[in-house]
Amino acid sequence: MRLELVKRKQPSRAMLYLTPVFSVLLTMVVGATIFSLLGYDGPGAVWNIFFVPALDPNKWQDLGIKAAPLILIAIGLSVGFRANVWNIGAEGQYVIGGLAGTGVALATWQMEGWWILPLMCLAGVAGGMLYAAIPAFLKTKLNVNEILTSLMLTYVSVQLLYYLMRGPWKDPEGFNFPQSRMFTDSQMLPEIGNTFVHYGVPIAFLVALLAWFILSKTVFGFEIRVVGAAPNAARYGGFNRTRTIWTSLLAAGGLAGFAGILEAAGPYGQMVPQFPTGYGFTAIIVAFLGRLHPVGIMLAAIILAISYVGGEIAQSSIGLPNAASGLFQAMMLFFLLATDILVNYRVRFSGVRSGGAA
Amino acid sequence: MNEAILIAILVTVVGAATPILLAGLGELVVEKAGVLNLGVEGMMLVGAVTGFAVTTMTGATFIGIVAAGLAGAGASMIFGFLTLTLTANQVATGLALTIFGVGLSSLIGAGFVGQTVTVLGPLFPPALAEHEHLRILFGYDPVVYFSFAMTLVVAWFLRRTRAGLILRAVGENDASAHSIGYSVIGVRYMAVAFGGAMAGIGGCYYSLFLTPMWAERLTAGRGWIALALVVFAAWKPMRLLAGAYLFGVVMTLELHAKAAGFEYVPPEFLAAMPYLATIVVLALISLRKSVGAQAPACLGKPFKPST
Repeated sequence: MRLELVKRKQPSRAMLYLTPVFSVLLTMVVGATIFSLLGYDGPGAVWNIFFVPALDPNKWQDLGIKAAPLILIAIGLSVGFRANVWNIGAEGQYVIGGLAGTGVALATWQMEGWWILPLMCLAGVAGGMLYAAIPAFLKTKLNVNEILTSLMLTYVSVQLLYYLMRGPWKDPEGFNFPQSRMFTDSQMLPEIGNTFVHYGVPIAFLVALLAWFILSKTVFGFEIRVVGAAPNAARYGGFNRTRTIWTSLLAAGGLAGFAGILEAAGPYGQMVPQFPTGYGFTAIIVAFLGRLHPVGIMLAAIILAISYVGGEIAQSSIGLPNAASGLFQAMMLFFLLATDILVNYRVRFSGVRSGGAA
Repeated sequence: MNEAILIAILVTVVGAATPILLAGLGELVVEKAGVLNLGVEGMMLVGAVTGFAVTTMTGATFIGIVAAGLAGAGASMIFGFLTLTLTANQVATGLALTIFGVGLSSLIGAGFVGQTVTVLGPLFPPALAEHEHLRILFGYDPVVYFSFAMTLVVAWFLRRTRAGLILRAVGENDASAHSIGYSVIGVRYMAVAFGGAMAGIGGCYYSLFLTPMWAERLTAGRGWIALALVVFAAWKPMRLLAGAYLFGVVMTLELHAKAAGFEYVPPEFLAAMPYLATIVVLALISLRKSVGAQAPACLGKPFKPST
């Protein structure tokens, strides 16, 4: 008896939605096995990373805070990924967005007013968009691969951050630590009620719902879907590849920049050299695991947020290394890509009569 | 600037160029077979940590290097299985491999942080290797000479051998290669494994020779520079050699500037130079119209034989 793959007449919608669930389950099983083989408490690792944060209401606020930037960045990336535009430099756009907003905060230091925070957010969005405009320009004008340019710019942005923190933007009253001034009350995102959840969290979920509406109900959303699925048809339909590249990159850059300033004005309350924590890369996993769909992305962001929070719990409770959650996250993407084949192919055991119409 | 400093700078350029040359050669062969593996950075990290771990445990650098190559090839087989057998998207799978490599290497390396290894000395006897001038030619470790040898081997293999011709055919026109009886998937598996092994060896050059120690994300994006290098070289091994040394110069600018007593430029700017230079170089070569035409025609496209 051997396995055989038979092409489906139509992609299976059920598999499209089931495979992300499969991949999370497979990650738990295989992850537990691998960590047991490495000499850790494998089942304990899975329990701590995937279940403890979800079951403990004390951790839910933390999940929202971690999910918010992932949602914003992944929504932006999903627009490009649908159209085969591979922006993998969201981390850099996130950093530049945070820096641009910080620039406004430092310029308005000791000022007060309702307009300061919106201005910081605008600067963040604009910063991210401008930074994403570089790969967009190079791609459309010179046909330079956006994968490489957007990633190279991430490394450049981190060096710019280090420079600003060490030099011009260093807090003059900060005992020579390489970090910016603390933001003032007019420059910080307030927290909701008596929680420690900042307003960036509901904003991220609202943006996802808005994106859902735009992508499913507008001509622009239709265009993005067609350009990705059938580039030739899109050309005949008058949809323009250059415009798609620009909108994909600007949307991704703008949302990553927005996520950056919301993080700086929210949980951080200042700019620090440790600001880039890899949200821009994890958001790639979120976008795929969420099937490039806004609702899926919200769910996937919560799962990835669980793995972040759970990774911290596992570190203190069973001594799992910090890197473990990253490994679990990568495994989810691997298993998703592996099970993707089930969307277009059916598994048949040859030698055994298969059920249904063949 | 005196002669001794000049020679010292040259030695650092060779050090910076060697790992990206090795990883770039591997990726060049992979891409010639029509596969785009963006997981170079991840495979380099897996190689770096494996090479370091095995060397500290066995005390033999050579065994560490071989282990690094095997580990890189092993990591590349995950990519191979997903993209070649399961026809998964190559871009997404390559990215996943890099994220995986970062996580796996940090996990394995956690127990090795702070340890150090003895660096393997030059290949040639001290009379040559430590000679005031001759050390420009003879003062390097065996891996450097291995990288030169591999450049020639890859160039010869692709242009002069039957197997190389088949590999190029698979990358240029998979359907035809398949129809005249060559195993497209088999050839691509071998190319991907070779790419992984070379990335693994390139990665361990950081942990065993340049640093020499293990730290998280030790390769600092050099895997991506190796990928850019392949485009820069227009998929030609000898141009890859030239490109690697050009980037070697840019990557050691920080050291050069210090040696020249040049202190006005912020060090962060110099650290960002290799990445900025990559962008500028990619933009410049794209001005030549023929570049797109030089890429293997089937690059990045999945192949599913209709049985």
